[in-house]
Amino acid sequence: MKPNFIYMDHAATTPADPRVVEAMRPFFTDRFANPATLYTQGRENDDAVEASRESIARNLNCASSEIYFTSGGTESDNWAIKGAVWAGEKRGRHIVTSAVEHHAVLDTCEYLAAHGGELTVVPVSSQGMVDPADVAKAIRDDTVLVSIMHANNEVGAIEPIEEISAITREKGVLFHTDAVQTVGKIPVDVEALGVDILSASGHKFYGPKGVGFLYIRKGTRVETLNHGGGQERSRRSGTLNVPGIVGMAAALDLAGESIDSADRLSAMARRLWDGLTAKAGDLNLNTDLSNCLPGFLNFVVAGVEGEAMLLRLDNADICVSSGSACTTGSLEPSHVLLALGLPPEVAHGSLRFTMGRENTDADIDAILEVLPGIITTLREMSPTYRKT
Amino acid sequence: MQYSQKVLDHFANPRNVGVIDDPDGVGEVGNPVCGDVMKITIKVKDNRIEDVKFQTLGCGAAIATSSMVTELAKGKSLEDAETISRDDVASELDGLPPAKMHCSNLAADALRAAIADYREKVETG
Repeated sequence: MKPNFIYMDHAATTPADPRVVEAMRPFFTDRFANPATLYTQGRENDDAVEASRESIARNLNCASSEIYFTSGGTESDNWAIKGAVWAGEKRGRHIVTSAVEHHAVLDTCEYLAAHGGELTVVPVSSQGMVDPADVAKAIRDDTVLVSIMHANNEVGAIEPIEEISAITREKGVLFHTDAVQTVGKIPVDVEALGVDILSASGHKFYGPKGVGFLYIRKGTRVETLNHGGGQERSRRSGTLNVPGIVGMAAALDLAGESIDSADRLSAMARRLWDGLTAKAGDLNLNTDLSNCLPGFLNFVVAGVEGEAMLLRLDNADICVSSGSACTTGSLEPSHVLLALGLPPEVAHGSLRFTMGRENTDADIDAILEVLPGIITTLREMSPTYRKT
Repeated sequence: MQYSQKVLDHFANPRNVGVIDDPDGVGEVGNPVCGDVMKITIKVKDNRIEDVKFQTLGCGAAIATSSMVTELAKGKSLEDAETISRDDVASELDGLPPAKMHCSNLAADALRAAIADYREKVETG
């Protein structure tokens, strides 16, 4: 069933696949037992959880004992960073991260820096790429953790994780990657990436919200943050979200469909960009279309504010996002766009389209039909655009 | 807090957009770095605002407050128009999200700037 709106905000969240919902359904009602209990119903649910863990581990090329279930990407990032830094205090308290990380990483690192730690934030290129040489330079004797995202959630840049992990391994520093935007969208193999800790979130790949996982390589010391009933081999207490875990595993099993549609999504993003530049001038691309997540398109429109475009698109039943101050919940535009080197007055005019496997060429046609007119109308309303 | 229906209406169908040719007063406030710039032009006749138009670069709230202030000001005496406050504009729109009360609620300031510009022109002849 196709919804009566065009959804182009898959980096924010995805719809749960109906097959995922079917897999989850019994675990809300008939199969509600706590998997930590000893009777048959509990043991059966424990089996379901462990089967999910094994399935996720197969997809990531790791052992099931290296997968820990969490409440989502933010918890995974908090646990990874605080846990690794607190476990490594004998070595030091210095962290290296990048300027374009999600707030779940950046704010956690800043919190630790404000509480006795030290932080180095490496810059990025104009298309959001981290230079591994900058990471190598930033690592010191007292560095306990490097945290660099696998792909950026605003511009879609895929970071050189393999090159960075070669450096962290040589220097003997733990490496965490926030893979919330990549798991289920492009192939993610923890051995090939060479990371020690990896965060993921179910709702970004057609799974349910409120569930995620953390991969922790065997032998990696990460302090426990959630204390309580001793679930997850005493490393993350809390009653397991059985429907969520089962749904997330089912979604990852279906992720091949997303990965197979990558070329189609990339072609749609390219067609949207070509069409918009032909119909509306003064657009600047923030996404490197040759190295980005499939179906990602972030650009700035000169002379227009992003939230105004977003709301006008909403009136046309098209869902997108923007990095303008009005949409970040603060008075500052997106920290990612500023890190790319955009001046604030330019970053206010950003729009982000993130496509998913249910989008079609007809959706692109519909956007090309309305967006150029929206841009023209808002530019005509602007006192500064092409001021004479 | 989300936008009220009135804000969304004034954003989707803004009133009095444009620039008055040969205006009696011009007021421009804001700063592109903050994301909002508003320009108001007025035509004055017999000490009343006979016509008023706006141009705004900014978010939904910035456009809606601009539209609303032109509706409130049209036909008013200069003295009455000058008393229109940011709070008046916000309450006529059934409120604004707290974050928007300061950054995107500059329309009343732009109107006052246009009136001040008119008075200065009259005084200096």
